[in-house]
Amino acid sequence: MPLPSLPDEAVVLGATASSWRDALRLAGGALVASGAATDAYTDAMIGLVEEHGPYIVISPGLAFAHARPGPAVLRDGLAVVTLESPVTFGHPHNDPVRVVLGLAVAGVGAHLESIGEIANLFNDATVTGRLAAATTADEVRAFMGVSA
Amino acid sequence: MKIVTICGAGIGSSGILKVNAEKALAALGLQASVVAADVASVRTVSDDANVILTSQEFVEAIGDTYAEVIVIRNHFDQGEITAAVDRALGEH
Repeated sequence: MPLPSLPDEAVVLGATASSWRDALRLAGGALVASGAATDAYTDAMIGLVEEHGPYIVISPGLAFAHARPGPAVLRDGLAVVTLESPVTFGHPHNDPVRVVLGLAVAGVGAHLESIGEIANLFNDATVTGRLAAATTADEVRAFMGVSA
Repeated sequence: MKIVTICGAGIGSSGILKVNAEKALAALGLQASVVAADVASVRTVSDDANVILTSQEFVEAIGDTYAEVIVIRNHFDQGEITAAVDRALGEH
């Protein structure tokens, strides 16, 4: 599968988060609002960081929020949250976070195509900065090459 | 040769590392299988691995292994990942 669609409900721009948990709640909330996941998925995303640390901050300024497939995933979904003020996750190199990319996958295996698309996209080091500066959901979709 | 990429869920960050490690292999003209897994299954999947690519957070949990453990800082930095794969598996 290519990247999941990115409806308006899944895009939150210029949000305020006072902690990494808040930032992940915003991404989880966007996945819930767009019908991709239930609230339990947000808890699972936060739980992964509580268990393993801030490893989801996989490149400068970007947190890749996700959890395992399971009953909390209703369908494949993508969410983008940009933060008005950058948030510290505690990562030794890639803090602070300006963009949270949320991903929900319904099943393992087919998701690798989406992951490949995400890699192709963000291997361009300018994309995180461009997303952080976006002012409309249409701009975000254009940068990412996804539909609404 | 075998590369294992490790993260918390075996889905996201390790998936990114897998995709970019495969690009690195292609660029270097090297052959290896690349498997993404969660840290809980590292013992099972990496007993025959040459290299483990992961984040700093998992190094301790991976523990003693015959594989060379390499920490990747920026999972989207193809240069960093290609250099790591070349250092570990390339002919020098």
